Amino acid sequence: MSPWKVVFWKEVRENARDKRTMFSTFVLGTLMGPVLFAVLISLVISVQLERAEKPLELPVIGAEHAPNLIAWMKTRGVVIEEAPADPEAAIRKRDEDAVLRVPAAYAEEWRAGQPATLELIVDRSQQKAEQTVRRVEQMIAEYSSLTATQRLLVRGISPQVVQPVLIADVDQSTPQSRGGMLLAMLPYLLILTVFAGGSYLATDATAGERERQSLEPLLVNPVGRGEIMAGKLLATLAFALASLAISLTAFALSTPLFPVEKIGIVVKLGPAECAQLFLLVAPLGLIGAGLLTTVSAYAKSFREAQTYNTLLILLPAIPSMLMALNPVKPADWMYALPLLSHQLVIEQTVRGEGVALWQAGLSIGTTLLVGLVIAFVAMRIYHREHLAISA
Amino acid sequence: MIELSDLRKTFGAVKAVDGVSFTARDGEITGLLGPNGAGKTTTLRMLYTLMKPETGHIRVDGIDIASDPTGARRRLGVLPDARGLYKRLTARENIEYFGRLHGLDEGTLKARTEALIAALGIADIAERRTEGFSNGQRVKTAIARALVHDPRNVLLDEPTNGLDVMATRALRQFMLKLRDEGRCVLFSSHIMQEVAALCDRIVVIARGRVVAQGTPDELRRQAGDDNLEEAFVKIIGTEEGLSL
Repeated sequence: MSPWKVVFWKEVRENARDKRTMFSTFVLGTLMGPVLFAVLISLVISVQLERAEKPLELPVIGAEHAPNLIAWMKTRGVVIEEAPADPEAAIRKRDEDAVLRVPAAYAEEWRAGQPATLELIVDRSQQKAEQTVRRVEQMIAEYSSLTATQRLLVRGISPQVVQPVLIADVDQSTPQSRGGMLLAMLPYLLILTVFAGGSYLATDATAGERERQSLEPLLVNPVGRGEIMAGKLLATLAFALASLAISLTAFALSTPLFPVEKIGIVVKLGPAECAQLFLLVAPLGLIGAGLLTTVSAYAKSFREAQTYNTLLILLPAIPSMLMALNPVKPADWMYALPLLSHQLVIEQTVRGEGVALWQAGLSIGTTLLVGLVIAFVAMRIYHREHLAISA
Repeated sequence: MIELSDLRKTFGAVKAVDGVSFTARDGEITGLLGPNGAGKTTTLRMLYTLMKPETGHIRVDGIDIASDPTGARRRLGVLPDARGLYKRLTARENIEYFGRLHGLDEGTLKARTEALIAALGIADIAERRTEGFSNGQRVKTAIARALVHDPRNVLLDEPTNGLDVMATRALRQFMLKLRDEGRCVLFSSHIMQEVAALCDRIVVIARGRVVAQGTPDELRRQAGDDNLEEAFVKIIGTEEGLSL
């Protein structure tokens, strides 16, 4: 057996015997993503369903100034409520989503044919209130346009006169692409799994081995340091890929359990998509394992390596966060950048848009290339004289 | 046989090893005696290729370690100062791991492992995970691991450090056995009695230099003292860092 294989199997066997490593790698690490995702999906579904089906409740101040409007709203199923004493405070304290105030001047303006002003007290920064506010605004706009139409008809004018331009909303989003918005965090969860899956083994196999004083005897064996490093790096990679596979399986099994079609979206995350995602994300494992091994070899102590590696896991979050804050149109060059390209190809897969062969090829190719360069750096650090000197 | 000539190694401003030369012969136990910090461990680390000397040559059975470090390592069995075991592997698995790295075939590996387990008297702990081993059990396992490939040359860095009397005696017996098998045994120590009791040749090292070397008789004569331990102190110039 080649030396790197000997090292590989020893690392796998030794770590497989550590219950804590196995639990944190293959249970906590792999299921965190799917569970987080499931919680998010069910939250979105329940909120959307509740909001859409619930009758609109609207506290109104000065309802007596606009009896027709109130009566019309009631016919549309709005539950008119007694307004709180201090409506502004109620909004600020989030007790109410929106409060409608009918000023005393409303009736006078209405009779004079001037625009009659209504005050809608809201907090625009409140996401929770967004849906309610939009429904109230739509309802008032509808009432306004209804009244305008009636007034024009009374004067013998076609209502079309005041609507010279009409926007027809031709929505190009497919049910899958709307689901993709919900799936926007999936790339990070998957990439994180690949990095985190090998983290414990990488730290243990280099920094841990040195701290436990067994690296020096290991390096006295007639085996090149490059081979020893390769065995450890590949063991790290194996754990990372196993994590990814388990995580994807959990996604494939759990996603059909959620009634996402009820909110008009389709999430494509079946066995075929998961297999494709595995192929697309797996090359990133080499970068992850290479970085983790490099950092573990570079760090002076086990604790230091642990700290660095924990920070390192956050690295792949950067492109995901940038994309979330500032979504950009995918450009061809982006498929040549590891992490960024993964963000794109994962999203395309779950949106059901498909990934072009050149996109997949470019992403996989550049990722493997960068991974090999990092593995080479790890090897250089392994050759440093004081690598094994623990004291 | 191990030959060192004019080895030097500095760490920053400190000359850890400053022109060390000596030869350790087959069928002899050579002791490297010196106080703590004299440069023994650094000398041995250069010898088993963990560190590169700045000047000088090292030959193991005639092989220059700078040009063929792997070939030299095949001929060395090393118990370094760092002797950590893999605590989630059994003693036997620890030994077999190193044997496989040496490229031993499974038959030879089994036979060598059994022979070493018997010779070191660790049959009762061979199938136990090494977590929780006593110091003696750890050192014995580490020695078996170091010798699994049946090396001609054996290097032991402070082998009896931290061992109780029983384990120390057993280890000394084992070293004599290695010598009687015709191997070249080189060990370092700061314990004068141990060196006096075991060694065919003694290399006294202080402040990175060899201050005396020879058989015990030669050293007694050189120092003009019949008591070997007194001779050591005279040669080194101080008792500091030495043990009886």
